[in-house]
Amino acid sequence: MNKIKIFVNGFIKENPTFVLLLGMCPTLGTTGSAINGMSMGLATASVLIFSNMAIAAIRNIVPDKVRIPAYIVVIASFVSLLQMLMQAYVPDLYSTLGIFIPLIVVNCILLGRAEAFASKHGVIDSLFDGLGIGLGFTVALTLLGSVREFLGTGKVFGLAIYPESYAPLLFILAPGAFIVLGLLIALVNKLKSSKQC
Amino acid sequence: MKQPESNFRNMVISLGGITIVAAVLLSWVNGVTEAPIKEAEFKSQTAAMEKVMPQHDNNPFDDKFTTTINGTEVTIYPAIADGKLAGAAVESSADGFAGKIAVVYGFEADGTVKDYSVLQHSETPGLGSKMQEWFRDPQGKRSIVGRNPGTERLTVSKDGGDVDAITAATISSRAFLKTLDSAFKAYMEYSSNQKGQDNE
Repeated sequence: MNKIKIFVNGFIKENPTFVLLLGMCPTLGTTGSAINGMSMGLATASVLIFSNMAIAAIRNIVPDKVRIPAYIVVIASFVSLLQMLMQAYVPDLYSTLGIFIPLIVVNCILLGRAEAFASKHGVIDSLFDGLGIGLGFTVALTLLGSVREFLGTGKVFGLAIYPESYAPLLFILAPGAFIVLGLLIALVNKLKSSKQC
Repeated sequence: MKQPESNFRNMVISLGGITIVAAVLLSWVNGVTEAPIKEAEFKSQTAAMEKVMPQHDNNPFDDKFTTTINGTEVTIYPAIADGKLAGAAVESSADGFAGKIAVVYGFEADGTVKDYSVLQHSETPGLGSKMQEWFRDPQGKRSIVGRNPGTERLTVSKDGGDVDAITAATISSRAFLKTLDSAFKAYMEYSSNQKGQDNE
C-alpha cells in the first residue's frame, strides 16, 4: 500500500476522534485548553508510533493466542518510558497531564491500531499508520481544546481574545467537552457528506 | 516467516521473552531518569518557597520545622538573616471544595503576609481555581498581601471577616483562609519559641 495513502487514511478517513470515536476518556478529560489537548495528543502519538513499529516487528514471532497480552506489554512499556522521561525533563507538563499519561495504556486507539493494522502490516507501513492516526488525534484534541478554551475563557493558547468575564464557564467544565465534541463531529460529518455529493 | 503455533512452549517463550526485554529497557531508563526526576521535584518545591520568602542567608530546608495546628500538619521553613529570624515560608493545607488545598505563605518577621503560592488544589476551574490570583488582586478587599492576620480578621466577609471571597466560590475561599490561619498560628508559635531561646 502507498505510504501517503496510509497516512491520509489515518489522518482523515479514519480519524480516531471524529470518525472512529476511540480514546474518548483523554479526549474529554484533557482538552480544557488548547495546549493541554495538543500535549496529550503528541504524547499519545509518540507512544502509538513506537508501539505500532514494535508490534509490527514482533508480529511473526508471537503465537496467535498470546498476541493481546504481548501487545499490552509492549504498549505499557512505552507508556512507562514516556512517563519517566516526561517527569524528568518536562516536569511542568507532567504535572498538568499527570494522571492521563498512565491511561494511555488503556487507550483503545493503541490496542485498536495494533490489532487492526500493525499485526497485519510491515514495520514501515505501521510507522506511517502511527503517524497518521497519532497526528489525526493530536489535531483533533488541539481543535477541541482551542474551541473550549476560546468559548470558556476567551483565550486561545493563553492569548486573550475577549474578556474572560463574558465567557460561559461551562465550556471548560466536563459538560462543555461533550457539547463541543458533539458539535465538531457534526461539522466533520457535514463537510464529509457535502464532499461526496 | 510463518507465525509459530500456539502451543504452551511457544507461548511461554515468546511472552516471557517480550516481558524480559521490556523489563530490562524499563530498568535502564529508570536508572537514567531517577536523578533528573528528583532534581525536578526539588526545583519546583524550592522555586515556590524562594518566591514568597523574605531575604535570608540560611538554607531553609536544613532548618525546617514541622508542627500540627488545628489538626493539620504545617511545615515552617525559617528565613534567617544576620542571625535573626526575618520571617518564614510556611506550608499548610486544608480541605477545599473538591480536595486538598496546599498553600505556601511567606511571612515577614512580625507575621505580615509577604506573598503566597498555591502548591496544589483541585477546585472547579474558573471558580475556586481563581485563588491563585484572587488573593493578591488589589481590587476591593481581595488581597491578603501586606496584611497581618494578627491585627486584622482575615476571614471571608460572610463570616464577619475582612476579605472578599471569590465570587461564587465561598467554600474554596474559606478553605484558603483556613490554610492562612493555621500557617500564621504555626509561624507565631515558632517565632515566639525562637525569641524565648534567644533570651536564655
